[in-house]
Amino acid sequence: MSMSELAAANSLERVGARPSFTDYVTEVWRRRDFTYSLAKYRIQSENERNRLGMLWVVLRPILSAMVYGLVFGLILAGMRPANFVPFLIIGVFFLEFFNTSMNGGAKSIISNTALVQSLPFPRMVLPIATVLQNLLNFMPTLLLMFVLTMLWGARPNLSWFLFIPLIALFYLFNQGVALIFARLTVHVRDLSQFVPFISRLIFYTSGVFFDPRTVLEPYPTLQAVYAWHPLNEVLAIARGILLDEYSIPWDYWWKLAIWAVVILVVGTVFFWKAEERYGREN
Amino acid sequence: MAERTEKPAEGRPVVACDDVHVEFRTLATGKPIKPSMSSGLLQRGRSLRTVHALKGVTFVARANESIGIIGTNGSGKSTLMRTITGLTPATRGAVYAKSRPNLLGVGAALIPDLSGGNNIILGGLAMGMERSEIEAQYDEIVEFTGLEDFIDMPMRTYSSGMSARLKFAIATAKEHEILIVDEALSVGDRDFQKKSEKRIRDIRERAGTVFLVSHSMRSIRDTCNRTIWIEKGELRADGDTDAVVKEYEQHR
Ligand SMILES: Nc1ncnc2c1ncn2[C@@H]1O[C@H](COP(=O)(O)OP(=O)(O)OP(=O)(O)O)[C@@H](O)[C@H]1O
Ligand SMILES: [Mg+2]
Repeated sequence: MSMSELAAANSLERVGARPSFTDYVTEVWRRRDFTYSLAKYRIQSENERNRLGMLWVVLRPILSAMVYGLVFGLILAGMRPANFVPFLIIGVFFLEFFNTSMNGGAKSIISNTALVQSLPFPRMVLPIATVLQNLLNFMPTLLLMFVLTMLWGARPNLSWFLFIPLIALFYLFNQGVALIFARLTVHVRDLSQFVPFISRLIFYTSGVFFDPRTVLEPYPTLQAVYAWHPLNEVLAIARGILLDEYSIPWDYWWKLAIWAVVILVVGTVFFWKAEERYGREN
Repeated sequence: MAERTEKPAEGRPVVACDDVHVEFRTLATGKPIKPSMSSGLLQRGRSLRTVHALKGVTFVARANESIGIIGTNGSGKSTLMRTITGLTPATRGAVYAKSRPNLLGVGAALIPDLSGGNNIILGGLAMGMERSEIEAQYDEIVEFTGLEDFIDMPMRTYSSGMSARLKFAIATAKEHEILIVDEALSVGDRDFQKKSEKRIRDIRERAGTVFLVSHSMRSIRDTCNRTIWIEKGELRADGDTDAVVKEYEQHR
């Protein structure tokens, strides 16, 4: 009797085959406790390593807001957007969540090779844990953002609850991006060196310290295209909610929703397609 | 066909390797050591090298067996084990298994800055246990490690033997149908080696199958009822432990 017959007769399955998409997603869901614990424990261990611990989570965006504020506040002098300080703070704080997710996602597989090579679990757990970790870190930053904008005249009102759907969409979008980059860097390892530049490019184009809608006023076609910039959509909505000088561009809600769903679905399928590939050296 | 699977003396097959070949293709870097080996400007530095780590290994492992894997350094033992778990793909041939075999590799999931106790939880979750299962076994795991006084200390402060104990205790807390132990026992002290060998025998008694890769013929003799000798990627011998180990020792 041949080996494959013996295997079939004893209901042995071939090792290393990629599970179907639905089985895969079910298994990822079943491992949610692991995913969450991984995120939580990583935050805990990071906090134990630094003397200032958790404080760094908020200090980092404050420091970069100060640097950008100084530099661009001076350069832009006359053409600073209205209510510049909270405008900038919202931009920097939100972009921090995106950047850490993209960079962390890009590294989530390649910097965990040992783990991937020694335990079987759906690899998607790793980029999900990374983005979850960043989401948890984003929460104190968000609180601080509310406090700071209030110092500059914002007053809490019911519309602030719109932050819940906004952050939900933003989170899903970031997760999709992280999944795409998690796989890309596995194929093209050198890409991880590029990611910081990509994220900087995105940072400068998404309107962190200028208002693209005023800048692009004379070019209506460009303005229409730019309205699809997902990160600027996030920033514009957040500023519309918090600051009196800006209004919420309502069409951005569905544009952002489309982005989030499309990127997340594309990212999930794209990542799953290479499941057997992760951790392999040859 | 029927009479072979019905044989009372043998357990059900749980892992079957069918003519497994593994080739590694790696970019060899660095200049050739001897100048005579260099061949022109363009080829210098990097060339694609193929390492044929396994050259057609075939065997069937059954329930209730504990199988020793022996062979000299670089003969392909770890590669074979990783192929069985599906972590390294077979270039040719196939591996069939009843359930996904577990490599005793929980160490990679642990975080050095966390306490031993938190790592027990994290490691258990990483192996796919439920949190309630881990909590139910927590005390037993701690007792097995013998690290009661250190369980709240960060793992990075442990000695290598202490972390080996912790890893082994976590890894064997789960009910494994098929467990692979690759050189995990060699770091522990004599006491712990005895304790872990006993645990491997327990797993086998609960109808599990254990693969033990070791260079310690004493460990192999004490724990394995069958031994496979891998040499230069080929299966050199497969059979009763005493016979295979004797042959291996004469060969050296
Ligand atoms: N990722 C890899 N890339 C290239 N070659 C590899 C890789 N892993 C293993 N090899 C090669 O495959 C061969 C078998 O290695 P393996 O680790 O299986 O040996 P082993 O029998 O476990 O040795 P040891 O007793 O030292 O643990 C070696 O020649 C090694 O160089
Ligand atoms: Mg080895």
